[in-house]
Amino acid sequence: MREKELAAFLQQYKGRPLKLMEVCGTHTSALYRTGLRQLLSETITLVSGPGCPVCVTPSSYIDKLVEYAFTPGCQVMTFGDMLAVPGSKMSLAEARDQGGAADFFYSPEEMLEKAKAQPETTFILAAVGFETTAPVWATVIKMAADNNIKNLKFLTALKTMPQALSFLCSKGRIDGFLCPGHVAVITGSEPFEELAEAYGETMVIGGFSQPQLLRAMVRLVLESSKGHAGLWNEYPSVVKREGNAAAQKMVDEIFEAGDAVWRGVGLLPGSGLYLKEKYKEFDAGSRGLNEDRIPPGCLCSRIVLGDALPTQCPHFGKRCTPEHPVGACMVSSEGTCCITYREGGTT
Amino acid sequence: MKIALRHGAGGEETSQLIHDIFASHFQNEILNKMEDAAVLPKIDGAPVFTSDSFVVEPLFFPGGDIGKLSVCGTVNDLACMGAKPLYLTASFILETGLETETLEKIVASMAATAKEAGVKIVAGDTKVVEGNGGVYINTAGIGMRPPACNISAANLKAGDTVILTGTLGDHHATILTQRLQMETSLQSDCAPLNHIVQTVLDAGIDVHAIRDITRGGLATVATELAEASGCRINLEEEKLPVSEAVKGLSGILGLDPLTMGNEGKMLVAVPCNEAEKALAVLQSTKYGKDAVVAGEVTEGAGVFLLTALGSYRKVLPLRGEGLPRIC
Repeated sequence: MREKELAAFLQQYKGRPLKLMEVCGTHTSALYRTGLRQLLSETITLVSGPGCPVCVTPSSYIDKLVEYAFTPGCQVMTFGDMLAVPGSKMSLAEARDQGGAADFFYSPEEMLEKAKAQPETTFILAAVGFETTAPVWATVIKMAADNNIKNLKFLTALKTMPQALSFLCSKGRIDGFLCPGHVAVITGSEPFEELAEAYGETMVIGGFSQPQLLRAMVRLVLESSKGHAGLWNEYPSVVKREGNAAAQKMVDEIFEAGDAVWRGVGLLPGSGLYLKEKYKEFDAGSRGLNEDRIPPGCLCSRIVLGDALPTQCPHFGKRCTPEHPVGACMVSSEGTCCITYREGGTT
Repeated sequence: MKIALRHGAGGEETSQLIHDIFASHFQNEILNKMEDAAVLPKIDGAPVFTSDSFVVEPLFFPGGDIGKLSVCGTVNDLACMGAKPLYLTASFILETGLETETLEKIVASMAATAKEAGVKIVAGDTKVVEGNGGVYINTAGIGMRPPACNISAANLKAGDTVILTGTLGDHHATILTQRLQMETSLQSDCAPLNHIVQTVLDAGIDVHAIRDITRGGLATVATELAEASGCRINLEEEKLPVSEAVKGLSGILGLDPLTMGNEGKMLVAVPCNEAEKALAVLQSTKYGKDAVVAGEVTEGAGVFLLTALGSYRKVLPLRGEGLPRIC
């Protein structure tokens, strides 16, 4: 019955009003899926952060992919979610409908074989993601280099979380953060510890299953309601203080840090990962894609920072739906607007 | 021997192929006449008619193959309307390069499945296109439905009990692991379900609606039924049967068993006072032994899941492409 008791605590919480943020898109989704979000007390406001990689990719990155899709001899390949993200002129899905070459893969590794089988095609891979995905991309790039597969090129928009969290902490509007468990598996808990200390924030690293989420949320409410600063690792089975050294080494071998633009947020120094000089022949022109056009009225930029709820956007559910997204947050299955639109109803 | 364009040209090679492979496996008194069209005996009841095409990749997978699937798909669509499936047509589009041995294996599998389901394949067609050894199959089927039967997607009533005939996601997970070349113990649940429907109907149960859970999974099928009937369906998370293998795979790949397809499971809605009996009858059948009561129909709209924590969450139909070429 312990789980029911924890659930009852979150349901009946009557302490000081809390504004909490789950940073990771997978948490956003899992909080709905487990029914945890639906039972939170009204005195707890849970907002979503910039933790959906697709949602924070600027429009100039999409534009560059679209340009490649229409370049003879090139074939753009992405994770499925990227296809529908609006660029300043069109999405990759629209480019495909107009004869552009864009398709999706299930895993980036499969592209190694595909590139070998079709040497006459240059495959442009949209390498999007956070610390969790970066090691996968690093491995694929390393394998492409080791096997001399020259017709694989990577347009990277890889981003790192601590810089974004630091930006959010500096604004001081959030009472506590549910930190991304998957990212922490790679980075370790240390970067989050440092942030919690530097900004006096309450931070909890949580897992994704129902019992893990429940434990993390209860910890977050308990500590933030008392104003306790610090980091609590409630995902200790897989998150270690030092993280995954092998994955970190792989990433360091291929990538180096650089400035990156987050859609709606702006440029965050050192928050991007770019191919090192040694691997530059695999880079499809990833640096300097800084232009970021947000459609008029779209609240994505405030939504990814937790300053607005999806339902406060004038386009939400009207002009902007998962079938016809206006903003990036409506596209991905981990995007806040998409999740809220699809899973919003509870009664 | 490999299939070539001449095998679909309508000449001697086509006749040979039909004689050697299709006629020898599918034979029955109607097909054996080899007329341009099959003449069927008078049907006693309402004729029910449906058609389905099959493009699954790979052609063979643990638990089945495109041939078995092509018979089960149409048989199950007829059965879900409360009809007894009687006759099928089978049309093939073959790509050049296909081994005739492969084709024969597929055709033999169709014949065996048709025999199990008790249907006759009475007409067919073969075309050959240039390609790379692929096979596409269309089957159409006719069944007979008793005049008193009114099973329909629009016939759910508030108060009905929703029964699931077994575990979710097996076929989808099997196809996916085959594509990813993963070694697992997964097996497709592909099966003809007409006998279990017949058993329930023979038991005199007033079945309101049946749907086989194919592409889009339970979430999509339940949403369609709720919409068609103007009702709400509440499912209970803790009661939904999912095998450990599917649970593990969907956990790793971030899939939801609720939107994963089956090829041998159904959702059956019956009045709540007949639920216990219907469940017992289903559990006594070969393909329904894992049947469970999964939820209930109420007034309202949409499909909701009662989570283990006691809150309701909205169940959403599959969106986007899902896994293409699953059947």
